[in-house]
Amino acid sequence: MSLTLSDVTHISDLALLELSDDQARKTLGQLNGIFELVNQMSTVDTTGIEPLSHPIAVCMPDLSLRLREDAVLEPNLRDTYQKSAPATQDGLYLVPKVIE
Amino acid sequence: MHTKSIKELSTLLQSKQISATELAKLFLARIGQSDLNAFIHVDETLTLQQADEADASLAFSGAGMLTGIPIAHKDIFVTRDWRSTAGSKMLANYVSPFDATVVTKFRDAGMVTLGKLNCDEFAMGSSNENSFFGPVKNPWDKAAIPGGSSGGSAAAIAARLAPAATATDTGGSIRQPASLCGVTGIKPTYGRVSRFGMIAYASSLDQGGPIAKTAEDCALLLNAMAGFDPRDSTSLRRSDEDFTRDLTQPLSGLRIGVPKEYFGAGLASDVELAVRAALTEYEKLGARLVDISLPNTSLSIPVYYVIAPAEASSNLSRFDGVRYGHRAKDYGDLQDMYRKSRAEGFGEEVQRRILIGTYVLSHGYYDAYYLQAQRIRRLIAQDFQQAFGQCDVIMGPVSPTVAWDIGDKADDPVANYLGDIFTLSTNLAGLPGMSVPCGFGQGEKNASRPVGLQLTGNYFEEARLLNIAHQFQLATDWHLRAPNNI
Repeated sequence: MSLTLSDVTHISDLALLELSDDQARKTLGQLNGIFELVNQMSTVDTTGIEPLSHPIAVCMPDLSLRLREDAVLEPNLRDTYQKSAPATQDGLYLVPKVIE
Repeated sequence: MHTKSIKELSTLLQSKQISATELAKLFLARIGQSDLNAFIHVDETLTLQQADEADASLAFSGAGMLTGIPIAHKDIFVTRDWRSTAGSKMLANYVSPFDATVVTKFRDAGMVTLGKLNCDEFAMGSSNENSFFGPVKNPWDKAAIPGGSSGGSAAAIAARLAPAATATDTGGSIRQPASLCGVTGIKPTYGRVSRFGMIAYASSLDQGGPIAKTAEDCALLLNAMAGFDPRDSTSLRRSDEDFTRDLTQPLSGLRIGVPKEYFGAGLASDVELAVRAALTEYEKLGARLVDISLPNTSLSIPVYYVIAPAEASSNLSRFDGVRYGHRAKDYGDLQDMYRKSRAEGFGEEVQRRILIGTYVLSHGYYDAYYLQAQRIRRLIAQDFQQAFGQCDVIMGPVSPTVAWDIGDKADDPVANYLGDIFTLSTNLAGLPGMSVPCGFGQGEKNASRPVGLQLTGNYFEEARLLNIAHQFQLATDWHLRAPNNI
């Protein structure tokens, strides 16, 4: 099953990546090449096999996501963190107007 | 001095035969004269400040084994004092407000930072040709790639620009450049090394590890690098370990699994020659070769190139031009700002992987692609467990070929992906793996391009892997070879 140009446009919309028509066409060819590779997976019968999302679950089956106390551990470092921001004001990040 | 191991340099520092400042200046000078493009950011003042602190430690008895030893960090680890770019335009001017845990651990050990190392953008690549800052050259042959994504790390060690380097491995990015540059590297078991401050590519696959000239040096570095970190939700809590503890164990009786799938049609004959010669050397050391099978090896490519891009598409969604990183100059509304900032900030390979990831996670395709990949992932992990029932360690090539020329595969993503076939499974299964220099290619061009031997161990068996590598390095001298002009 190969992708179409409208698939590429749709995906780039979802991924919030602007693609020109030329780029979309070039990307289409490359993505189809990659999906030819990926489609090899469809030949494998995986009935009854559970997905493995954490590799160590193979040797530590009871592994679960570690939780911690809901307590404040870090000081407020907003000013430090905002030093790298493109645009800020009064501790807020500035972006184009969203709400009309 | 620049050819000495970390262990040797440590002795010289502790006995005051050289100072941390002298050592730092020596390597900074070498870096300054190098045309390999291995470094993205060097700042001599910062380095010498750290060297000064190390010399103060060495003057009193506060010094440890690594105090005063210079180290360079792959630019995927954030540092407060050097820029952290991930090899990308997206973060070209980013100054991190915090240090990665790995960076902090090495600072606490008294190591002196030489700078940030070039890498494939966001760790995506196998040749270091995907860096916004230009390709890194292989010190053995400057027309060749050094491998990737940790190309800068491997090249820096091979060219003796640093005695220690950090790197990361998501699909082979420590082992493959180590192999192509003739140096030693280890990717630990998933969860050993903290990913806090390691700019994320694929969270269930990423692991940090050291690259150095010897297995013994890697063990010393891993001692400082590994350990539980409460700030990494996937960091494993285990009792403290000394990874050098088994280095001197003899290898008699060691069962080496040789997977038939790693020696098929795709393997270049000169690589096979060097790898099989290494296996013969191991037999002389008392090991026994056992034929094994890892039947799902070839499926590791589609599985990885579904899972890794899927995780990357999620991880890279944070780069939107709002809080940090590149923001486009001209845009309309907010959505347009996101789209343009991301399209301008990310290189082609990164964009490709984001698109693949977005597609395989999207409605209607999630089951057929992402879940199917995660199921086959379990089969791949099970293959290894089966194999470890018959052997103690698995050995084979790291890369099907020696280094190829810069530009040869640059326009062909799939050609690059296919070269990852021997390393991807290890990451999918979360196992520890190493590359150890074992020879060179054959023929006019390939004779100066190194070959690495891959060692894969069972979960948490780093000490054993390092022992197996160290014993080989006591019996051979491939790891001592340096490019001609070094």
